[in-house]
Amino acid sequence: MSSTLRFLTMWLLAAALACPGAALAQDTIKVGVLHSLSGTMAISETTLKDTILMLVDQQNKKGGLLGKKLEAVVVDPASNWPLFAEKARQLLEKDKVAVVFGCWTSVSRKSVLPVFEKDNGLLFYPVQYEGEESSKNVIYTGAAPNQQAIPAVDYLMKDVAVKRWVLEGTDYVYPRTTNKILEAYLKAKGVKAEDISINYTPFGYADWQARVAAIKKFGSAGKKTAVVSTINGDANVPFYKELGNQRISAEDIPVVAFSVGEEELSGLDTKPLVGHLAAWNYFMSDKAPANKVFIDQWHAYIKKPKRTTNDPMEAHYIGFNLWVKAVEKAHSTDVEKVLAALPGLEVPNLTGGVAKLLPNHHVTKPVYIGEVRADGQFDVVWKTSGTVPGDAWSDYLPGSKEIEADWVTL
Amino acid sequence: MRQLQYENQNVLGTKLQVTWLLLAVILCPARALAQPPLSDVGDVRLVLGELREASFVEKERIVERLSARGDPSIRPVLSALLEDRLFVRESDHLIFIVKSADDSLTSLELIDPVSLAGAGSASRDDLTKIGTNNQLRKRLRALVARFDLSGPDAAVRLAAVEEILRSLDAESLALLRARSTVEPDAGVREQIEIGLGLAALDSGDSRARLDAIAALTRTLRPQVRNRLAGLLERTADGGFAESDERVRQAAAQAVHAIDRWRTFYGVVETLFFGLSVGSVLVLVAVGLAITFGVMGVINMAHGELMMLGAYTTYVMQLAMPNHIGAAIVLAIPAAFLVAGVTGVILERTIIRFLYGRPLETLLATFGVSLVLQQLVRSVFSANNRSVETPAWMSGTLQINGALSITVNRLCIILFSLIVFAILLFVLKRTRLGLDIRAVSQNRAMAQAMGIRTGWVDAMTFGLGSGIAGIAGVALSQFTNVGPNLGQSYIIDSFMVVVFGGVGNLWGTLVGGLSMGVVDQLLEPYAGAVLAKIFVLVALIVFIQRWPRGLFPQTGRAAETQA
Repeated sequence: MSSTLRFLTMWLLAAALACPGAALAQDTIKVGVLHSLSGTMAISETTLKDTILMLVDQQNKKGGLLGKKLEAVVVDPASNWPLFAEKARQLLEKDKVAVVFGCWTSVSRKSVLPVFEKDNGLLFYPVQYEGEESSKNVIYTGAAPNQQAIPAVDYLMKDVAVKRWVLEGTDYVYPRTTNKILEAYLKAKGVKAEDISINYTPFGYADWQARVAAIKKFGSAGKKTAVVSTINGDANVPFYKELGNQRISAEDIPVVAFSVGEEELSGLDTKPLVGHLAAWNYFMSDKAPANKVFIDQWHAYIKKPKRTTNDPMEAHYIGFNLWVKAVEKAHSTDVEKVLAALPGLEVPNLTGGVAKLLPNHHVTKPVYIGEVRADGQFDVVWKTSGTVPGDAWSDYLPGSKEIEADWVTL
Repeated sequence: MRQLQYENQNVLGTKLQVTWLLLAVILCPARALAQPPLSDVGDVRLVLGELREASFVEKERIVERLSARGDPSIRPVLSALLEDRLFVRESDHLIFIVKSADDSLTSLELIDPVSLAGAGSASRDDLTKIGTNNQLRKRLRALVARFDLSGPDAAVRLAAVEEILRSLDAESLALLRARSTVEPDAGVREQIEIGLGLAALDSGDSRARLDAIAALTRTLRPQVRNRLAGLLERTADGGFAESDERVRQAAAQAVHAIDRWRTFYGVVETLFFGLSVGSVLVLVAVGLAITFGVMGVINMAHGELMMLGAYTTYVMQLAMPNHIGAAIVLAIPAAFLVAGVTGVILERTIIRFLYGRPLETLLATFGVSLVLQQLVRSVFSANNRSVETPAWMSGTLQINGALSITVNRLCIILFSLIVFAILLFVLKRTRLGLDIRAVSQNRAMAQAMGIRTGWVDAMTFGLGSGIAGIAGVALSQFTNVGPNLGQSYIIDSFMVVVFGGVGNLWGTLVGGLSMGVVDQLLEPYAGAVLAKIFVLVALIVFIQRWPRGLFPQTGRAAETQA
């Protein structure tokens, strides 16, 4: 009985996906939004939900897509990783959305991945991540390690002449994978093992005094030292506080963070943080005209003139525009056709240059290094001359560099 | 002063300029003192103007050029650039110092960078800040320090020497050497000597190098140690960085001596960290030592009472935004009241019906903890709130080159000891304490003696809860104030109370401090996660062997309870 039922659903689903126009006869195109609106990740993800709603709103004002209006379907996976998979299934199977924009943490992405692959959905993932993954059904609009971590380390090595490295991270998959790549990269560049210190602390770690004292000691060996921080979430607040407390200034031991942006700084007293670094593909302080327009639109939409914009928001902006372009090119919202149309498409970045979708489902991105200002914004102190193509499988890990991600020719 | 600088310039400048300057100084000294020669003012403005479009590297070169004249009138410009107060007016591309660049101001007051006179004001939109980066700021600090070296305040001079020691070069060395002969303050002179000693290590005379090493052995600064250790390193061609065998030996001895002291102070530092972690444990556990230890109530909402204390601190700071320090002090009694009253309500409405039924108490208080968490989530939102640290509680006490102690940790250690002492006093020396002890030892007898046991129960629970609120004030100083604050400390506090011996305050003190020290001793070797696991395992083993903790209660009351 149940197997017949499953067969039936599968068949129906396949039919629905094959010819959505005919089978569903809908007059709107549904856009799924899969971001936590409650729980620990709500602080970051709510902003992204609002970003997609704003973009959908703008698209509708322009007359919609393929003559139809867009309709956003918002669900709340509540920072609960298994619930992400359940809500994803609901979006794909019940609501029959054409595309999903969502997820923040790597663990939530890993949780929905099987659902998207089984139901042949389309997910745009907007956050920088650890790489070592490639899926036919996921478009990664955030940075891969070679678009954030590696350029940041390069900058420190060349422009700041850093010789000793502390890789400080929160104990989960993103920091561990990133640090593995960075360690291999540093060693390939001739950094000795004794000049690298790697340490992990749990989520929400608050008692930083001993760790910061250890960093201070590690940094007093006469060589320029920097901290590469993959510390995630609210553990950052007491970490930076303790740095200020123990009088470690950015001029002595700069900390470059990969998970601290404008949104995270907006609730913090940033004066002791001035000069510490962050590596992103977008900064709100960028003076490009497109960025100014985007910020004004955002403030008008959210009705709060003090709200910040950040890197994952730009990633959603890029992802949404890519999807719109692909649908227009394919004259269909069918996932297979959109996926076939996507590679090679180009949309403008907010900070200048274009984001081109590569065959490995990553985009080209400019890389910026910014120093924290007293007002919680960043001053760009370094940027790549052009854009950097995203690399799904790191070239610095054995067993990974041989793998090539290509959803067009392979 | 001015005379001196002009003499300085004589060396640098051409003969012609020298004569001209000397003439100027001699002919009209008053005029020359009042302002530098006109051509120079023009130069300064011209060079300053280049800052507008310069890259960070070019900016560094510009400030070098500006300060190379040695004229202290450039110092305000340098410090303004350092403090983000140097702006360019877009309408005419002129550079100005602003009095304050506070975010709330829409119009900024301008100061002319050369004459330092007021120059009206301009709207923020018309002004662009001249940005700095880490490297430039470091350079600026060093340059400002050179001017501060001859300042009137000894503390400023000391800070200046410290700054100069961080990046020693030939120019700053010459300044140090000049200063060392006229410096009146012994402490400043001592620091200058270190700089001169470091420089002497480069001298060609091995005798001088030996003397320098002898002088430097007493300092524990990492720079000195690294510099001395550098002498012992082998160069690429196989020889030593230091050619003289005797000097090498002396350096090796010095490094050895310095290392011994540094290791010693490292242990002292770890002990301090342990005590500070331990004192936090004591602080969070001591309230529980009363409600759980004395009354026997398993209160799972204890952590949330701490959270209420932390939020009280946040609200106090919100109410008094200009008096952060006073707000913290006032938050202590306020948090005691808020948490205490909550505790009394909790006891009167829920817990008193559940005495003698530990499982039900546990479940009921756990429910209360969830309710309280949701309450603050609804009132303050799920996001963390930032509680500021007042200036007098931040920063470090530099004991010597190898040991520094953070002030906020020192405050928390002292604070938890004071709270402990007050609690001990209340329990041992007051009427309330007498009642509490009487009721906990023999309820029926106490009742027969005319003690209102219900009232004593409520007060005892209120006291324990109030102390939890006070602990929350302390926690707000170094951890995130959010709805989950209590959860992360509840396990720790139960552990401390059980380890120390239920019902014994001294046990809580010794237990908390020793757990903190053990945790910190293990952490450098095992990492934060493993250290915690080791402590937990050790605790389980300990409880297996001594189920009543470090200081078990003795006597008839304890026997009947058991």
